[in-house]
Amino acid sequence: MKIYVPADSAAKSLGAEAVADAIVLEAQSRGLDVELIRNGSRGMVWLEPLVEIDRGEGRKAYGPIEPKDAAAVLDDTFASLGAVEDIPFFAKQTRLTFARCGLIDPLNLNDYKANGGLLGLTRALSMTGKDIVSEVTDSGLRGRGGAGFPTGIKWNTVLGAEADQKYIVCNADEGDSGTFADRMLMEGDPFCLIEGMIIAGLAVNATKGYIYLRAEYPDAIEVMNKAIAIAQSAGVLGQNLLGSERTFELEVRVGAGAYVCGEETSLLNSLEGKRGVVRAKPPLPALEGLFGKPTVVNNVLSLATVPVIFERGAAFYKNFGIGRSRGTTPLQIAGNVARGGLFEAPFGIPLGELVNDVCGGTASGKPVKAVQVGGPLGAYMPPSDFDTLIGYEEFDAAGGLIGHAGVVVFDETADMLSMARFAMEFCAVESCGKCTPCRIGSVRGVETIDRIAAGDSAAKELLTDLCDTMRDGSLCALGGFTPYPVMSALTHFPDDFDRKAEAAE
Amino acid sequence: MRHPHETPNDAAILDVITTQLSLEGPLLPMLHALQETFDHVPQSAVPLLAQTLNISAAEVHGVVSFYHDFKEVPSGRHIVKICRAEACQAVGANALADATLEKLGVAWHGTTANGAVTIEPVYCLGLCACGPAAMVDGKVVGRVDTSKMDQILSEVGA
Repeated sequence: MKIYVPADSAAKSLGAEAVADAIVLEAQSRGLDVELIRNGSRGMVWLEPLVEIDRGEGRKAYGPIEPKDAAAVLDDTFASLGAVEDIPFFAKQTRLTFARCGLIDPLNLNDYKANGGLLGLTRALSMTGKDIVSEVTDSGLRGRGGAGFPTGIKWNTVLGAEADQKYIVCNADEGDSGTFADRMLMEGDPFCLIEGMIIAGLAVNATKGYIYLRAEYPDAIEVMNKAIAIAQSAGVLGQNLLGSERTFELEVRVGAGAYVCGEETSLLNSLEGKRGVVRAKPPLPALEGLFGKPTVVNNVLSLATVPVIFERGAAFYKNFGIGRSRGTTPLQIAGNVARGGLFEAPFGIPLGELVNDVCGGTASGKPVKAVQVGGPLGAYMPPSDFDTLIGYEEFDAAGGLIGHAGVVVFDETADMLSMARFAMEFCAVESCGKCTPCRIGSVRGVETIDRIAAGDSAAKELLTDLCDTMRDGSLCALGGFTPYPVMSALTHFPDDFDRKAEAAE
Repeated sequence: MRHPHETPNDAAILDVITTQLSLEGPLLPMLHALQETFDHVPQSAVPLLAQTLNISAAEVHGVVSFYHDFKEVPSGRHIVKICRAEACQAVGANALADATLEKLGVAWHGTTANGAVTIEPVYCLGLCACGPAAMVDGKVVGRVDTSKMDQILSEVGA
């Protein structure tokens, strides 16, 4: 009997360790021969800890499970959810990047290979760098970290640069609230990221890679480090990888609590051991990146999508999606939501269908007031914008951004003036300090919103002007995009900014 | 190995620093190693780091002070981080944090009078679909309500 209890952080935070212990103890007391597998999460966080048992007839799911349920789960008297693949939230998905996450033992390389792992890398090893880059370009893959820059074009720039050393840097500094796909992937299918980074290395002739992983993810750090050690001893990483003439070394570097280090140039400075201050562009990191060398900087999800593109082909991947948003995107739905978690789907699903139909609206049962899409720098969108399709250009046209595809749901109790103030406060706390609009503007923004809260409605015009300055004058997206949540809150929810003077007393 | 209550001497600091010398861009790994060993980055480490890496002490100080995670003094015996980001706010993180700080009589980054626990804000633990989220000495806790927080605080002896 195989028993799957996720070791994903979200499952752990809801008691998965105690559940695993209880089940093993119960099984031992019955003299049952069980194999406990600590898989990643299937992404249905409201069902975590989600236990699966394979009694030889396929996996049956149970959840959420508490330690006291161990006996009932083993007896199969606990109401089963059936096969995970038949749960509507899961059945509606198209899992390409997350195909293996939750399915396999994240640290079992044989399990990984048995489920399509390393097929993409094996194919890439037979290709020239130019052909690898073309395949990525043809797939239509765009940066999943937020900017949406075509991955193939970035790789092509690095391929064309002459240098004695090039680097692949994985941006795993997933600091945006409402996003956890990077974490889930690293905890649930770390070899997939490793494979993607090796393929990137083969493409541009880089022999060294770094994963810049945030300190707030201790579980992901542990899993990635173990996976790298396993891949090294199995000859997947290192010299003559998979018996080829090629070399790729990989190392995890841990962040230190600075949100701005998710910005690629700030991240590179941090990797070099400097203050995580943003660099002016040009020069592009693709030409002068880490230690001044040509560097590919890609998000976890971009790199982890590369293996499936090489396994199934660019045309297969490109076939999904809408407009210039090709393939699938792992949407993360969080906050005050009935069924929160990770939902991978082709671009093009309407926002409202995701929030209301797939995820069941709010957890509180109250009406949805707003959803923030794209993290702390993303716009608050009202239900009247719910027909917006998930896609880079589609969100841009609606005055928002999909960012890292996190969707945070708020019910009617949310005060949008407070949320706008928080956006400015967050920007002030996390600003790297290099440019004035961000460093000073965010502080003035907090003060100006406080004036509005105190009943000074003339300050709204000042806030709008300040946001224009921050948007147009900031060096990076932190100062440049903070106006998105602030202005969308002010525009869509004017009543929350209409405070009477005495209300502040 | 953690020695939070010892005042580290230069030799002990250099021992920690030199373990990271073979790395490219070693300053952050060195600072992490110091913080891990001594529970803070001792002031006396700054000139040693500067000398080892052939950079100015001002540059080292600039790096240490830039990052939220590097502390100039040791924290309490336990660290409880409470998420303040939007997804947790959507499910009551502000009220939880306010109540916790008030109960302990500390502000953010403050340590209880008995030295048991330091309360830190954190901006996202990636537990956005099961908030409010907290982290207790590196262990994640989801759907934290007042009673769960009371249990956490009593376990760490606050």
